[in-house]
Amino acid sequence: MKNLAYIFIGTFLGIVLYKSEAASWFRIYEMFQFDSFHMYGIIGSALALGVVLVLWIKKSKVKSFSGEPISIPDKEKSFARYIVGGTLFGLGWALAGACPGPIYILVGAGYWSIIIVLIGAILGAFTYGVLRNKLPH
Amino acid sequence: MLYQPWPWYVAGPLIAILMALLILMGKRFGMSSNLETFCSIGGAGKFTDYFKVDIKSKRWNLLVVLGSVIGGFLGAHWLSPNPTVDISPKTVTKLQELGFDSAGKAYLPTELFSLESLSDPKVWIILLIAGFLVGFGTRYAGGCTSGHAISGLSNLQRPSLIAVIGFFIGGLIMVHLLFPLIFGS
Repeated sequence: MKNLAYIFIGTFLGIVLYKSEAASWFRIYEMFQFDSFHMYGIIGSALALGVVLVLWIKKSKVKSFSGEPISIPDKEKSFARYIVGGTLFGLGWALAGACPGPIYILVGAGYWSIIIVLIGAILGAFTYGVLRNKLPH
Repeated sequence: MLYQPWPWYVAGPLIAILMALLILMGKRFGMSSNLETFCSIGGAGKFTDYFKVDIKSKRWNLLVVLGSVIGGFLGAHWLSPNPTVDISPKTVTKLQELGFDSAGKAYLPTELFSLESLSDPKVWIILLIAGFLVGFGTRYAGGCTSGHAISGLSNLQRPSLIAVIGFFIGGLIMVHLLFPLIFGS
């Protein structure tokens, strides 16, 4: 039952990101050119509601569906990893026109070339895992 | 309406609701950590302990990935009779100058993503490097658009703000400085 819920959430996410064109390379390029409000509207309105929902979850101490307390851990404090890693990701995001979620979605949509991007991304994650002790965090 | 492109004010709030649902299920919204799970499944634990993880504990997120593949299929094949993305005319002009004649006529640029374009080795290199930067960068930064820009910022996390600023530094450098070198003739 829970497994089905995860699949359903993913399916819904896939439809939303495909239909809102957040999975389109063109929309990402347009965003970085500041030529349209569309992508900023998606991220901005997701955040506006997201902040309220997260605040509610934390303040109300609501339990998870399975009855356990919910804790949302803070992100580890650092600067180097976020700015350097973030910039490297940004370079790839703009070139591929897709972040990880849309990569999976575009596989489903039948754009087979995106599998090359996916393989590159897995290799990148692997390389990070191998080098991580040598990188500033 | 369903078959038209969905406006931002529909998509954004729906994404926030999906994020909240995952939190209420005791999980987190984050798509890039699955890349590490794929490494673990592929036996990367032999190279570094970092990938020696209990794959079973990551299974729920792989199911979200499976769902998003299904969602992409449904979105593209059942809900989109017209896959054209109606980008701004200014963007179309800029892309045409870079040689992207498919701008405004497709969902993804055919110059990079059509099967015919794979006969050009340059396209393979571009797609592989782009993917590599996505995978390396997200794991170094500890999250991508879902983990930092949506989940992290919703939780008012300063590290996520730094990461998102990084996303934009990288994206702006790529589009404004590197695209003319990569695609310009």
